[in-house]
Amino acid sequence: MSASVIDPVRPAAPDTPAGRNRQDRRTTPARFDTALGWNDRPGVAWGLRILLCLIALAIFAAPFLTIFSGAFTTHPSGSSLSFLPHDTTLSNFRVAGAQGMWDYLGNSLVIAGGGLLLQLAVCTLAAYALARHRFRGQALIMMLFMMTLMLPEEVIAIPLSLVLGDVPVVHLDLKGTVWGVILPLGAWGFSVMMLTEFMREIPDEIEEAARLDGVGELRMLWQIILPLCKPALGVAGVLGFIMIWDQYLLPLIAAKDPTDYTVTVALATLRTDPVVGSGVVLAGAVIALIPSLIVYLLLQRSLVTGIAAGATKG
Amino acid sequence: MTATVPAPAARRDLDETAAGKRAFDKKAVVPWLFLAPGLLLALVFKFWPMAKGIWLSFFDVRPFLGDRWIGLDNYTRVLTDHRFQDAIGHTLILGLGQAVGAIVLGFALALLLEGQARSLKILRTAVFLPAVTATAVVGELWRLMYYPTSDGLINSGLHFFGFGTVQFLDNPNIALYSTMAMGIWIWAPYNMVIFLAGLAGVDRSLYEAAAMDGVSLWQRLRYVTLPAIRPALMIVLTLATIRGLRVFTEVYVLTGGGPAGSTDVWMTRAYTLGFTRNDIGGASAASVVLLCVTLLLTVMVNHLRKRGEAR
Repeated sequence: MSASVIDPVRPAAPDTPAGRNRQDRRTTPARFDTALGWNDRPGVAWGLRILLCLIALAIFAAPFLTIFSGAFTTHPSGSSLSFLPHDTTLSNFRVAGAQGMWDYLGNSLVIAGGGLLLQLAVCTLAAYALARHRFRGQALIMMLFMMTLMLPEEVIAIPLSLVLGDVPVVHLDLKGTVWGVILPLGAWGFSVMMLTEFMREIPDEIEEAARLDGVGELRMLWQIILPLCKPALGVAGVLGFIMIWDQYLLPLIAAKDPTDYTVTVALATLRTDPVVGSGVVLAGAVIALIPSLIVYLLLQRSLVTGIAAGATKG
Repeated sequence: MTATVPAPAARRDLDETAAGKRAFDKKAVVPWLFLAPGLLLALVFKFWPMAKGIWLSFFDVRPFLGDRWIGLDNYTRVLTDHRFQDAIGHTLILGLGQAVGAIVLGFALALLLEGQARSLKILRTAVFLPAVTATAVVGELWRLMYYPTSDGLINSGLHFFGFGTVQFLDNPNIALYSTMAMGIWIWAPYNMVIFLAGLAGVDRSLYEAAAMDGVSLWQRLRYVTLPAIRPALMIVLTLATIRGLRVFTEVYVLTGGGPAGSTDVWMTRAYTLGFTRNDIGGASAASVVLLCVTLLLTVMVNHLRKRGEAR
């Protein structure tokens, strides 16, 4: 856990005033470290901070405990929803499995894995061209990729569902296949922009030296540029995974019948099923939650870096 | 170069330019090869649907009968429909309320959880969970927390403090605000991370100087911290507003637009029109209106931001 805890607040760099004063830490009280001047000495402010932290934890994190405790409780309903399971059982998961939740999870994993691979590949190729080549119409292409960000799925959902049923020129029906969800996720403006930004920072000398050795374009990208882009690829990967996992409308309109649903979409159908209780719905929620939870806990540093970068670069 | 040997020289020139041109061509083609997959996918699954949507918005779309050009009729129909007019109001209330709420709460969280201690880092990790959870899962969670009987999670909490039972999602007067609360819950931690990054960039010596000048904590926040994070604030507000305009999944999962259309927003309305009533033309017109508003807002904000930077 130690290496993977959210940390956008880095220690000040050595040349900033705060860093220079590090030796005088004893004379520079901690109250200048934070905007509100928190300090660790027990007192009224310290007690207040602990209280507020507990409230924040109860509001933002504790509800997740109810998902888990409810999923493992025999008949959770209203009052029995609590933070700790009682009357422990696995039957909710059995019923959820009988309702096909594991199959839906399979759909989701295929879509998330395939979609992410395609997205990373497509966006890396585009970013390489945008960052390491100069060509006519470069600004226009950049703008087109930015526009994919401004064109949310919601707004083009209705015509997109028509297109998925009959792809122009090739006349394929992608509905009911995973491709109907994966292909529209391929070109993601955010990844293109972030990777472009990152690849521009790579010094020209490295590229020139490789060119003198006769390295071709593909090998240049694969063996020279990509290894240097690992941090950016990590960010693009985590944010892309969370974005794909969060898709709701796209899997809904790309499905031909309910067996094509992803686990997040199937959750709503599970709820409307009169046979199952809330315990089964919560078991389904756990199934839908676990993969993103794992990715988050393993790679949260990348995620946070990405959000902060996206916000400041605009 | 004399006039006696023009031909070979000219030919050599020609050869060189031809070779140069060929090399130039090869070099010029390379970036397009790399761009091709992305551009193709964006074209087929983003821009073509967009164009198709704009095109269809001028038609009475009738499967098997052929589409009929009806000009702006879809637009006038959508814009004069009272359920769409209500939806505009709901979208604005929800979008703005959610944006402002998530920013205020996110800023408060950032101020509370700023710091280097290990315990604070773990706290931040836990508090950020709503932002990484899929919206559909969050919707199910809140639906259960909002359980409308006295033994619902939130209702039993209210009982503990002596309040009565609230029908969070079934009361048309409250449902929209219940949805807003969930939106704030999702986005506040996300904003917190952005604000934390902004706060980390504040020059610590300014706090020290402010303390020497004897300013109060409030003045320190107002005149030192806020100006430092104003760029982050502007961007967060813009993104949140644009996000708020096209809100769909939150509402669709939590209330489906009900009860009695009290939480119907622009996109859930368009979705119902297009997918359950098969009015493709009307739904396309509604989407185009939203697209125009979003683009207008984006351009306006970019303009303001540039002007702000120039000043």
